[in-house]
Amino acid sequence: MKPFDYVRVGGAEDLAQASAGRFLAGGTNLIDLMKHEIETPDRLFDITRADLPTQDLASVEPREDGLRIGALVTNADLAASEQVRRRYPVLAEALLSGASPQLRNKATTGGNLLQRTRCPYFYDRARACNKRQPGTGCDAMGGFNRMHAVLGTSEACIAAHPSDMAVAMAALDVRVETRKADGTKRSLSLDELYRLPGDAPEKDHVLDPGELITAVVLPAQVPSRQAYRKVRDRASYAFALVSAAVVVELDAGRIRNPRIALGGVAPRPWRARRAETRLEGQAPSRALFLQTMTEEFEAARGHGHNDFKIDLAPRLVADMLGELTETTHD
Amino acid sequence: MTPLTLTVNGIRHELRVDPRRSLLDLVRDTLDLTGAKKGCDHGQCGACTMIVNGRRINSCLSLAVSHDGDEVTTIEGVAARSAGEETSTADAPALHPLQQAFIEHDAFQCGFCTSGQICSGIAALEELAQDLPSLVTVSGEGFRNVEDADALLEEELRERMSGNLCRCGAYPNILAALRQVMEAQR
Ligand SMILES: Cc1cc2nc3c(=O)[nH]c(=O)nc-3n(C[C@H](O)[C@H](O)[C@H](O)COP(=O)(O)OP(=O)(O)OC[C@H]3O[C@@H](n4cnc5c(N)ncnc54)[C@H](O)[C@@H]3O)c2cc1C
Ligand code: SF4
Ligand code: FES
Ligand code: FES
Repeated sequence: MKPFDYVRVGGAEDLAQASAGRFLAGGTNLIDLMKHEIETPDRLFDITRADLPTQDLASVEPREDGLRIGALVTNADLAASEQVRRRYPVLAEALLSGASPQLRNKATTGGNLLQRTRCPYFYDRARACNKRQPGTGCDAMGGFNRMHAVLGTSEACIAAHPSDMAVAMAALDVRVETRKADGTKRSLSLDELYRLPGDAPEKDHVLDPGELITAVVLPAQVPSRQAYRKVRDRASYAFALVSAAVVVELDAGRIRNPRIALGGVAPRPWRARRAETRLEGQAPSRALFLQTMTEEFEAARGHGHNDFKIDLAPRLVADMLGELTETTHD
Repeated sequence: MTPLTLTVNGIRHELRVDPRRSLLDLVRDTLDLTGAKKGCDHGQCGACTMIVNGRRINSCLSLAVSHDGDEVTTIEGVAARSAGEETSTADAPALHPLQQAFIEHDAFQCGFCTSGQICSGIAALEELAQDLPSLVTVSGEGFRNVEDADALLEEELRERMSGNLCRCGAYPNILAALRQVMEAQR
């Protein structure tokens, strides 16, 4: 690991210089990447004990009719939160589908959102990777790309976003609250936070250097049917091949306000907005679900090993919609 | 070098450490507690599992300097911890019940993963007792309230121990050891 200056962040005054380095939260992704010397920050700002007077980083609390999650709340604590389990079960299920119990005890809400791809060529410094080293090429194209994305990719990069938590959050329409090094605040949707690779895959998101995620806000939730499902190569402790978070209401036999987010298929959690629009107000049927989701994937492009995702993802979501709406007929 | 205060198995240490040092390397190489093992050094195997402030973590993906003021329990300290005392390792009872159960059930072969399995297992049983959720039972009724509680408990324990790999494949005996301690605690 390359040497770095270590700063324990106490309060806001320690964040003024933060644009000169990187934040350390649970460290489960950043330290891994620093050991590989893929991330080589000169300065590390350890925020694990940071205390900002007006922006609590460490707790889950009600906000209006929703919930505000401090950026340092661990994945384990968030999944155990009574409020989350009762009102946002899709989020508890997604959190508990990720990583291992040990990792979830360290992994934080902010760090989970900004974890980097698990593309094996990104991790291997002997291989070409535009995300790690812009302009070198992409060894995943034509290489082993079973884990890779089929939607939202570019000629430069086909890496998938690895988070489970973020997929559930995408379906719940969360807002991400941040604080820049100079103290200015802003609030972003996940579609605004994450960049698609285009010709600059080295940039995963739009945050400035030194911009701290302070919280994720879950909006009020009318009673809805929710589920998270993850397809992977082993029963536990493996990243998603395809995952999906579905939130839907049923009113007088009609579908209302369907929200469908997919993991493992795109460089960011993928909202199936076209399918959502088509499903709104319809009477549920298995055939409709499959057809709508298949259309959502018309633009998908496989790269060989990951072609199967283009069939698997629509079937997974159609099956979940069928279960959530208790629909057995075509 | 960064100053660091760390309590390990009840003993307080005042240290100065290179910020690059992992908690695992510090405990093994500086404090000479070599029970925790380095399997992968990348958070993938669980051999380095320690209990920090009551929670199990992978000590290989943790910078030692970020644990200032924390209380760490390693495999060398689990017996004392089970006695519920602030004892040092020297005065501790010989074995934690889960260590004893591992011996009775022959829950290891080469033993490389064992320290991590036991630390992880102790924390897993505490998490179960506190009703902290796992994916298996988060959206159901919990294994205590269903008909085939036995099969569900098996699945539950497997899921809760999924962060610890064993390349010798001692899994069935590890699960048997865990069940024995769990039943004795009820
Ligand atoms: C073996 C293994 C298996 C895994 N399996 C899964 C899985 O199945 N599903 C899954 O979803 N994840 C999985 N993970 C990834 C894990 O969930 C992430 O590593 C974790 O969520 C990152 O959180 P952290 O707090 O440790 O982040 P860190 O490693 O501390 O930080 C990650 C990044 O976020 C930045 N950052 C952290 N906090 C903030 C903040 N508040 N504001 C701004 N920037 C910030 C850091 O600077 C860094 O760039 C796995 C990890 C490992 C090692
Ligand atoms: S898919 Fe992206 S991350 Fe993977 S090798 Fe190509 S450029 Fe790098
Ligand atoms: S050595 Fe820490 S998880 Fe493998
Ligand atoms: S006993 Fe050999 S790795 Fe588990």
